Amino acid sequence: MNARYEYLLRLGDDALILGQQLGLWTGHGPVLEEDIALTNIGLDQIGQARAWLTMAGRAEEQGRDEDALAFHRTPAEFRNAQLCERPNGHFGDTIVRQFLFDAYAVQLHAALAHSKDADIAAIARKSAKESAYHLRHSSAWMVRLGDGTPESNDKVQASLNVLLPFAGDLFHADAVTDTATSEGWGVNPASLRPAWEATLAETLEAAQLQRPAPAPEQTGGRQGRHTEKLSYLLAEMQVLPRTYPDAKW
Amino acid sequence: MRSADDWLKLLHEVPDPEIPVLNVVEMGIVRTVESNDASVEVKITPTYMGCPAMDAIADDIRAQLSPLASQEGRSLSVELVYAPAWTTDWLSDSAKAKLEAYGIAPPGKTTDKRALNGEAPTVRCPKCKSEATELISLFGSTACKAHYRCNDCAEPFDHFKCI
Repeated sequence: MNARYEYLLRLGDDALILGQQLGLWTGHGPVLEEDIALTNIGLDQIGQARAWLTMAGRAEEQGRDEDALAFHRTPAEFRNAQLCERPNGHFGDTIVRQFLFDAYAVQLHAALAHSKDADIAAIARKSAKESAYHLRHSSAWMVRLGDGTPESNDKVQASLNVLLPFAGDLFHADAVTDTATSEGWGVNPASLRPAWEATLAETLEAAQLQRPAPAPEQTGGRQGRHTEKLSYLLAEMQVLPRTYPDAKW
Repeated sequence: MRSADDWLKLLHEVPDPEIPVLNVVEMGIVRTVESNDASVEVKITPTYMGCPAMDAIADDIRAQLSPLASQEGRSLSVELVYAPAWTTDWLSDSAKAKLEAYGIAPPGKTTDKRALNGEAPTVRCPKCKSEATELISLFGSTACKAHYRCNDCAEPFDHFKCI
């Protein structure tokens, strides 16, 4: 197993799938400013995905570039966390999904900034600035919706109840992350959890939201086990390059 | 034969495609220019990871330099680098003054950590210079800007995000 390739795919696929989903908000935001905000965040995610997938392709040493990895893999070959493929739903669903991810990304990028691999550290340091800004946006909306009207509180609480168990993949350690950690170029995802829990607790309190009772967590995304949604998402994202494999703009 | 400094000077004539009042050197996008007898190598860094202008910027740099490089029989390469991460601290005072004159409120210093802590930094209206302004949205017309409104002259304006 090529641990470095697998690890970089996870980083790249999280960003790619989330970025693709945020792009679907183009023209559908509840207000113009949020239309622009969600698509701007999506743009940052796609930018991060390009950098991670380019590195993954080099680590694989099979000559695949970012586009080959994004457009010519099947759903079972994707390594994103299942949280990232949850449907956009309503605005509150998207905000909760984003908040859970941003709070993780901030810890991830801070830790990877100390990677022994100079390229990984460089992308992490750059991405850290973006994820901090994204968290500022999503946590502000968590408070605004949670501490808003009874209806907005009900809706966003329901989103949280459904989405929280999907955060399991983000912190799931396995042989790949063990290698990444012992060799010093990656991080143990479980070690990111306490700080993530602290951000969650602080934001939920400010937002007048309740942490759902502990439930079994969804995992499997890192091993290529996905929900039905990912296939539809990839079908739409990949149709053009799969239909015309060598098409150029 | 042109020196590395000569090539860098030529890049002062390449405007940023989204903020044409600044050139790509003032923006801090051009990191280094190195040249030897055989080649000219330009390293550029993105403001944001997903900045969609990077391809256009690389093309503009090639269009500006490659005819002159080939006259001298040198190859030209434009390479994207990520480290050190771009920061608004690389914008000079004169670049910030140009931004404000253009209608974009320039960023403060990143040592001002208020923005990261969720507190509002003081942003001056580029039109009437009032400091009574408020944030409308953290995200603006491009990846590098946020959207503000002046409560004195009532004009909306862009603020260059401080990162």
